[in-house]
Amino acid sequence: MDTIVVSNLTRRFGPFVAVDRVSFAVHQGEIFGFLGSNGAGKSTTIRMLCGLLKPTSGTASVDGIDVGRDPEAVKRRIGYMSQKFSLYELLTVDQNIRFFAGLYGLSGEQFQKQRTFVLDMAGLRGRETSLARDLAGGWRQRLALGCAILHRPSILFLDEPTGGVDPVSRRQFWALIENLAHSGVTVLVTTHYLDEAEHCHRIAIMHGGKLAAIGTSQELKRLFAERPIVEIQASSPVEAMRALESLPDVEKTSIFGTAVHAVLKSSGVDVDSIRNELERVGLEVHSLEAVLPSLEDVFLDVVERGETPANARI
Amino acid sequence: MRKTWAVGLKELRQIARDRRTLLILLFIPAFFLLLFGYALNFDIRHVRLAVEDNDRTVESRRLISAFTNSGYFDLVALPRSGAEIERLMDLNEIRAALVIPEGMGRDVRTGWSGSVQVLINGDNANTATTVMGYSLTIIRNVSTELVATVTQRPVVPMISVVPRVWYNPELRSALFLVPGLIAYIAMITAVVSTALSVVREKERGTMEQVRMSPVGALPFIVGKSLPYFVISLISALIVVFASMALFGLPMRGSWLTLLLAISLFLVGALGLGLLVSTLADSQQVAFQVALLLSFLPTLMLSGFIFPIASMPSAVQAVTRVVPARYFLTALRGIVLKGSSIDVFWRDLTALAIFAVAVLMLASVRLRREWQ
Repeated sequence: MDTIVVSNLTRRFGPFVAVDRVSFAVHQGEIFGFLGSNGAGKSTTIRMLCGLLKPTSGTASVDGIDVGRDPEAVKRRIGYMSQKFSLYELLTVDQNIRFFAGLYGLSGEQFQKQRTFVLDMAGLRGRETSLARDLAGGWRQRLALGCAILHRPSILFLDEPTGGVDPVSRRQFWALIENLAHSGVTVLVTTHYLDEAEHCHRIAIMHGGKLAAIGTSQELKRLFAERPIVEIQASSPVEAMRALESLPDVEKTSIFGTAVHAVLKSSGVDVDSIRNELERVGLEVHSLEAVLPSLEDVFLDVVERGETPANARI
Repeated sequence: MRKTWAVGLKELRQIARDRRTLLILLFIPAFFLLLFGYALNFDIRHVRLAVEDNDRTVESRRLISAFTNSGYFDLVALPRSGAEIERLMDLNEIRAALVIPEGMGRDVRTGWSGSVQVLINGDNANTATTVMGYSLTIIRNVSTELVATVTQRPVVPMISVVPRVWYNPELRSALFLVPGLIAYIAMITAVVSTALSVVREKERGTMEQVRMSPVGALPFIVGKSLPYFVISLISALIVVFASMALFGLPMRGSWLTLLLAISLFLVGALGLGLLVSTLADSQQVAFQVALLLSFLPTLMLSGFIFPIASMPSAVQAVTRVVPARYFLTALRGIVLKGSSIDVFWRDLTALAIFAVAVLMLASVRLRREWQ
């Protein structure tokens, strides 16, 4: 069952088209990831789906409700966690929970139940009287998540939820998300961290306001089925890049940490010839091997092409 | 509405935890009252006077002592020439000079009119007028006494005048200014604090989170304003009590009406603050706009210092939208005149209309922003 259905959704700001005829659907209990560079249109799309921004054209329905026609009803069904972990610094953990519960009209037994659930989920039992500003990054993140789901929404929007949080906390956070998804909550996440995007069931890549690619992580990586990627560790990455780009078999290169990834034009290329070429220009090649494409490779590729590949849609 | 209450409670808790802001809101108004109350004074005293007495007779000395005993003038110099007077005036060591020509006493004794010269520093037209008034009155009084002395007959004026000043018999300008000061201070603190509190939420991103919930724009702003209303009210009352204790502000009317007037005024001020918050996206801009909208109109156009009746009619029309104008009429009425509500109910209605208008506008703008 599709809980979110988007059809030709468009949003203009004057002459600037922030979101350009985007269409996709999200299934119930799915963790759906939104990738894209800054300004690609991710946040604008999410805000339209949340009922915060009116679409210029196109439609989107969230839990069966048309966002353009009844944004208020949408707000009641969804949970939202903003990038800034919108918590009230001067209030305690408990007071923050009470406030947000009050906004959703929770009271009495239902409130107590939810409060307990959120405190346990976030691991904040015993820290109810700590001020929000005294909490470390990972705790605040979980508290913000908790406050977003107090009213048991069936759909959750998370806008860059792991910004500025240490890797251990990030992993704990994703475990929580996966639990929620298991229990039937549909989760839409925007993220910059490509390694985290692997947690998602499906991923959409936005670029220039358009939906450039969509599919599971595996499907997206098939973009490189015909084009192998070679990782090279050389004495000077920049010089290596320059040398590689001049080779006829290399489609493009990019720097990955201290190594260079070279996308080859076809799978029939002789890898050794590349090594020889590099050594010929005086570079020391520490290692050279074919690697599996990562989401980062996919992302860079999609962004460069700026078009929807033929076999990437579901 | 439970949601309004939730918002109000949160706001209150935030304010309570922010000790510094709370103290500022409660006590800075009283502090400014002290500062301005003692500094602002239209009463002219201790006017530095120079006397050039070229006559040195009984009559001239009588005139001089009339000046020095009046309580308004301080004799600070006895120059010997016009040039010296000019120098003293230029250096601002004197504000006025009395020049008595040789032969004044002899003229008076022989039944002729004697004349003296009073020189006044006119760089401040207001004080110069007052000093001129004092001088003329003193000279006239001495003149009348001298007539009686010379003619050996008591002088009875054709028409005698007994002035009675109501509400402020000592003509203390403090009683005129302090109510205005109360309005001025209350207005600024209420407008600024509310504007800042909303914009802070915008800046921190909590506003966005709240927008996602089913709380409406109106319950949100009402909830946010409630604690500030209570705090502003307490602060205003502190200022009123301080005025009574330190400046002898009387209270001749009913406390209930006073509370009503202050409340209506504050609701309007808070509403204006909320309106400002919908116009600004950062605390700096919010602060400046709030200050501009409360500071200048309340200072210039409310009747605080400059009487509205003396303003050109176009400007008088503008004062009609300044809430402090109506508040001052009501406040002065209650405090100085002991008037009952039937005298200034129109002003209270105007305050209520302003409050409603400004809150509606703020709510409309906020709703549009949230959409």
